[in-house]
Amino acid sequence: MTAPPHLGPAATSLATAPERTGAGLHARRLRRRKMVRGVLLAAFAAFFGIPLLALVEFSTRERGAGGGRTLEAWKAIPQYPGLPEAIVASLQLAALTSVGALFLLVPTMVWVRLRLPRLSRLVEFLCLLPLTIPAIVLVVGWAPLYLWINYFTPRTYQSTPLVLTFAYVVLVLPYAYRTLDSGLSAIDVRTLSEAARSLGASWATVLLRVIAPNLGPAILNAALLSVALVLGEFTVASLLNYVNVQVAMNAIGQAEARVAVAVAAGALMSVFLLLFLLSFVGRGPRRVRSTR
Amino acid sequence: MTSSRATGSRLSWIGAVPFLGYVALFLLLPTSLVVVQSFADAQNRPTLANVRFLAEPYVVSAFGNSIALSAVSAVIGAVLGAVLAWVVATGHPDGTLRRIATAVCGVLAQFGGVTLAFAFIATVGTQGLLTLLLQDLGLDLAGPWLYRLPGLVLVYSYFQIPLMVLVFLPALDGVRPQWREAVETLGGSTWQYLRHVAVPLLTPAFLGALLLLFANAFAAYATAAALISQGGVIVPLQIRTALTSEVLLGRENVGKALALGMVLVVAVAMYLYARVQARGARWLR
Amino acid sequence: MTTSTTPASAGTRAGAEVRLESLRRSYGAVPALDGLDLVLHPGELVALLGPSGCGKTTALRLVAGLEDADSGRVVVGGRDVTRLPASRRDMGMVFQAYSLFPHMTSLENVAFGLRLRGQAARERHRRAGEVLELVGLSAQADRYPHQMSGGQQQRVALARALAIQPTVLLLDEPLSALDAKVRAQLRDEIRRVQLEVGITTLFVTHDQEEALAVADRVGVMNSGRLEQVGSPTDVYHRPATPFVAEFVGLSNKLPATVADGSAEVLGVRLPLVDPRAEPGAALAVVRPESVGLTPAEGDGPLVGTVVATSFLGAVSRVRVDLGPVGTVLAQLPTAEAGRFAPGARARIGLRPEPVVVVRPHE
Repeated sequence: MTAPPHLGPAATSLATAPERTGAGLHARRLRRRKMVRGVLLAAFAAFFGIPLLALVEFSTRERGAGGGRTLEAWKAIPQYPGLPEAIVASLQLAALTSVGALFLLVPTMVWVRLRLPRLSRLVEFLCLLPLTIPAIVLVVGWAPLYLWINYFTPRTYQSTPLVLTFAYVVLVLPYAYRTLDSGLSAIDVRTLSEAARSLGASWATVLLRVIAPNLGPAILNAALLSVALVLGEFTVASLLNYVNVQVAMNAIGQAEARVAVAVAAGALMSVFLLLFLLSFVGRGPRRVRSTR
Repeated sequence: MTSSRATGSRLSWIGAVPFLGYVALFLLLPTSLVVVQSFADAQNRPTLANVRFLAEPYVVSAFGNSIALSAVSAVIGAVLGAVLAWVVATGHPDGTLRRIATAVCGVLAQFGGVTLAFAFIATVGTQGLLTLLLQDLGLDLAGPWLYRLPGLVLVYSYFQIPLMVLVFLPALDGVRPQWREAVETLGGSTWQYLRHVAVPLLTPAFLGALLLLFANAFAAYATAAALISQGGVIVPLQIRTALTSEVLLGRENVGKALALGMVLVVAVAMYLYARVQARGARWLR
Repeated sequence: MTTSTTPASAGTRAGAEVRLESLRRSYGAVPALDGLDLVLHPGELVALLGPSGCGKTTALRLVAGLEDADSGRVVVGGRDVTRLPASRRDMGMVFQAYSLFPHMTSLENVAFGLRLRGQAARERHRRAGEVLELVGLSAQADRYPHQMSGGQQQRVALARALAIQPTVLLLDEPLSALDAKVRAQLRDEIRRVQLEVGITTLFVTHDQEEALAVADRVGVMNSGRLEQVGSPTDVYHRPATPFVAEFVGLSNKLPATVADGSAEVLGVRLPLVDPRAEPGAALAVVRPESVGLTPAEGDGPLVGTVVATSFLGAVSRVRVDLGPVGTVLAQLPTAEAGRFAPGARARIGLRPEPVVVVRPHE
């Protein structure tokens, strides 16, 4: 048996050639890969970093062509007509939405796991549905609904953006559902609740004193995610003619670009902060499990 | 015993009523309103006028623009996102790069709307940071392109690439190093490994992600609305016009027909996505 | 070559000699392989045996070309391949698990190496079919990996490695992901195929039973070094180092006194494997099958209480508590072991087989 066909004379001569100096093939391949990765990483970091940098840069520019730095635009935020109200409205909406979504989802999901497992596919489908229906389509459907809501709202509360909560709960449904679902999967809901029930606890006690504490990180996670989503929401509010921070920001953009950009940078920073907090919350329980 | 359990299960349905009621009222009702009223006039009489409106040239062109924009931004996002996902996947599995990259991508994939529009105006707008910097070098970036379709493609990449990373990373993680080593010991080159193993294996996941990115871009509204304050280049902006401008007689439900059109396009994309995804999941477990 | 591709004719070829010459490899400051010398004779199956992290897998990967050696050479059939990439070393490799391409059928997997060599579809499928037949999987030719059991997948992997008619076959713990019964079956299957093809084979495993069962010679490795290379019988009965004695096979460690070229263990004089052992106190490594049991009454240094019996099929193992000396494990035919239920008294007997001694502090 001679050398197989693919190992022709070339290969043989390569093999018998004097040893080349330097590290081996794999070391060279690794070095090359490391370099390519470094270059790519830098390019992506620039693409994602520069616009954020520009946001901050733009908001601290001095008026005119001086090129100096000032916090003028940032300081103007609390005084700008309508802006503080819009910020407060967005914060209230964020709180209401996360609480609303949790109250709607947690009892239902626990109940379905315990007593109605047949319904779990339906609940999942319904919760994930808003992912497949564009928000702008939902707005079109919500428009007539909100005419009715407006009609029944007492005159003093008319045009309060807080009614957006109803729509926002739907928008955050998929995200809240996913976090809660993974949280619930990690604990044995059935055993926990049966144990508590056998000790004489009521369903409310089970939910509040037994399940909720065990679900803590997941609930916090879902709440933070909802807050982040609501703070950045523009589509629904603007098309239903309510003013939240994003709508106000967009309107200011035409007149006072630097203030608007300052608000945008501020909102972005708070959302970033929230989501980074979230990434630590998410790791908490996992670490506990791995040490067990 | 059995009878009490039966009663229990009948009663236990009550526990799901609040959720089902809420979802019916605020999710299913609005969605069905869109579908039903697309075929109704202002007096709720059945008509095909709204749907026929979809055939008007400027609506057709808006759909064409939307689809083109979504397709181009999906392809760019998918290709660049796959590259970034590769950079992340070839790093240490528990390393800092991976942790930071997934966290940042999680944030950026959700990032959009007015803030994103502002960020790009502040970067490549007339007074943007990069525009001014390049001006000093004699390059002119400024121009209306940012407020047209090419601008949207660029801006959409900002959330499409991170979304691709999130979706594609698990697929890349499913590629086992043994496959590459097996190809090597069987006499194959890197190129042959890519051509015969890596690419065919990752194609379903890639196509799936591409469809997801397409749907994502197609549904996006806020960024475009903030960049383009008037007109209806793409379908979501047409819907804005239909919702906010003076309602013409006989066109009350035109917005719903546009929305229905969007739902259909997204539904097709999502259906294909589910089909493709199921195939790839079997390979890359 | 293209005409002589039937398994039978493949069996007529003599395998190549493989030499590993002072191979070294370290990861950072940690040496994984600390100067390995090993010669595989043509057509021979050598098993590298050792605990995890002993460097056996590193050795295999250096031979395959999947990693670079820091120094040393790999010579196959007189040709130095150290600097050749894996793709040009002409070696068939079977990995631990999950190495089949999931998007290809068994047949396509097996034919893949031939496809890389540009062989026409018909020719390569014919050849792949023959190799599949060799491993007994003709019926599964059109199955995808996820439709097959772990054992079947590993057979396909073996067929894939053999289809390219490599000069060397490398097996990297090919059975470790399988359950016990399949493992024993496939182990014998691998040996049968290897003998039929006559290919020089390096088999890496942490399972001593596996190594002893299939190999012509076994190399026992420990922390990057080869402790002993020899026939399975040699390694088992005449371990060269204390590590080999302890790692290969179950063993009792009994207090002993070395003097005059023999060891006195529990009052019995036993010959030494290595007569040059230093005189003085030591521990003798005694195999369970060298320990006999007889029913006993009363007391004595060799009498103890049975604490446990484990049934292993034809043989059983009985653990006897000897008090201050500790417990001793004896292996005897199951028919005899019935007399030694837990709680029974038994007298230990030591067969006069050569023993290895270890210094007590080791």
